[in-house]
Amino acid sequence: MSVAGINVLQDETRARAAGTRAPLLTVRGVKTYYGNIIALKGVDLDVNEGEIVTLIGANGAGKSTLMMTIFGSPRAREGTITYAGRDITKMPTHEIARLNLAQSPEGRRIFPRMTVYENLQMGAAVNGGAHFEQDLERVCVMFPRLKERLYQRGGTMSGGEQQMLAIARALMSRPRLLLLDEPSLGLAPLIVKQIFSAIKELNERDGMTVFLVEQNAYHALKLAHRGYVMVTGTITMSGTGKQLLDDPSVKAAYLEGGRH
Amino acid sequence: MEVFAQQLINGLTLGSIYGLIAIGYTMVFGIIGMINFAHGDVFMLSAFIALITFLIVTTWLGISSIALALLIVLIVAMALTALWGWSIERIAYRPLRGSFRLAPLISAIGVSIFLSNFVQVVQGARNKPTPPMMRDVITLWTGENGYAVALSYKQIIIMLTTVVLLAGFWYLVQKTPLGRAQRACEQDRKMAALLGIDVDRTISLTFVLGAALAAVAGTMYLLYYGVVSFSDGFTPGVKAFTAAVLGGIGSLPGAVLGGLLIGLIETFWSAYFSIEYKDVAAFSILAIVLIFMPSGILGRPEVEKV
Repeated sequence: MSVAGINVLQDETRARAAGTRAPLLTVRGVKTYYGNIIALKGVDLDVNEGEIVTLIGANGAGKSTLMMTIFGSPRAREGTITYAGRDITKMPTHEIARLNLAQSPEGRRIFPRMTVYENLQMGAAVNGGAHFEQDLERVCVMFPRLKERLYQRGGTMSGGEQQMLAIARALMSRPRLLLLDEPSLGLAPLIVKQIFSAIKELNERDGMTVFLVEQNAYHALKLAHRGYVMVTGTITMSGTGKQLLDDPSVKAAYLEGGRH
Repeated sequence: MEVFAQQLINGLTLGSIYGLIAIGYTMVFGIIGMINFAHGDVFMLSAFIALITFLIVTTWLGISSIALALLIVLIVAMALTALWGWSIERIAYRPLRGSFRLAPLISAIGVSIFLSNFVQVVQGARNKPTPPMMRDVITLWTGENGYAVALSYKQIIIMLTTVVLLAGFWYLVQKTPLGRAQRACEQDRKMAALLGIDVDRTISLTFVLGAALAAVAGTMYLLYYGVVSFSDGFTPGVKAFTAAVLGGIGSLPGAVLGGLLIGLIETFWSAYFSIEYKDVAAFSILAIVLIFMPSGILGRPEVEKV
């Protein structure tokens, strides 16, 4: 019964993805400030329907700020952000969240005094928990660890488990666009692999569009269709994942000495 | 023994009133980290709303059944006080959100002064009595010395109403999507917004719920003491705030527990020692508990994984 449900979901999303590769998310000339300090100095970026796009860069480059600016928190002071043809630059955060895009944010931000189950219910809050049971089963298959911990408080879990929960929670709303901020942070290599293959599967099987921020540049670029490189608040380079992987300056700055 | 039992009954009755008010303090603190100093006056206002409604219901509408009248009074008081709570948050606190931390606190003190003066102006400064009602008591047992332990109908109603409404409230917060959104905002407002929760609306809801429970307390207070005055917001307000801190501010069971404790301490002190120093006793216990348990009895020390 639930398997049939998932198939229906796949067909729907495939049909959406099968359309044109029109930009689903467009960021144009976005400038964000923290007080008087500029964090994003005019960012241009596109995420097309059905793609995995990654954004790499060093600590403090402004990657996470961009992720949060897309959700209007903090708000872009200049520039426009368009999602699915709608200008969302000035929209309140909770209304943006109801447009079928979800984020697993920096620092995971799970609700520490809620159980795993309740955290997942919160993830499904936007659609009123319409297909909650199905989606719960789906994320439990993806992260069996969560199934074991379903009635444990989020705050008592390990960092890696919390990361899984943050991703699972974002998936509960069946997003059309999934924003992942450093899903590999603090995780064991084996689990990183698991998570990256899960992302790939979501993209290929369900046609979910993914925008991924990573410090783990090698894995991210291998996975992504396209990538952007951000340095102190500006995009300095873009191209397909392979182009960036082969680029000597990217290699020098983000890949050399890394674990491959 | 008989005196003890009697004071236990009296203390629990008073304590449930404090507990109901304390929930309003603790919930608001939990979600926006602010002490709503106007909450005691909201409680006082609700007692006046209850009194006026009671008079309208009994004299104008001529409803003679006390139980029915009380039910109507309770519902009307809860609804109107909730509306006041909502408006206060909208007018006096929301515009100051994003401002420095003390701003809403000062605004709350302003609202408190406004409410007590407003009631004084429109209702007069004298004590307002209710017509006597429900004087019946049940004598539980009589001791050898002739001391009778009595449980009045009023006390039964107060404790019963408190228990039923607290259970309903607990269910709302723990099991419904509304309550879940409320708890989510309490733990991480930004994340709640990222999940599509309207944070402003949830904060409004918190004030509405807190005011509605204060209205239950106000109605019960009026029923118990049969008299209310414009200055009655202050002392019960401070006591309930103390109860919230004692139980661990931010904790809902803590607020109820703290309320019951303060009620019990106050009545036992009055019975066994001196009635003049009952407030000193209550506040001394608070000070002692906070020395050894700085986050209150059920408060949580902030340990979170990063």
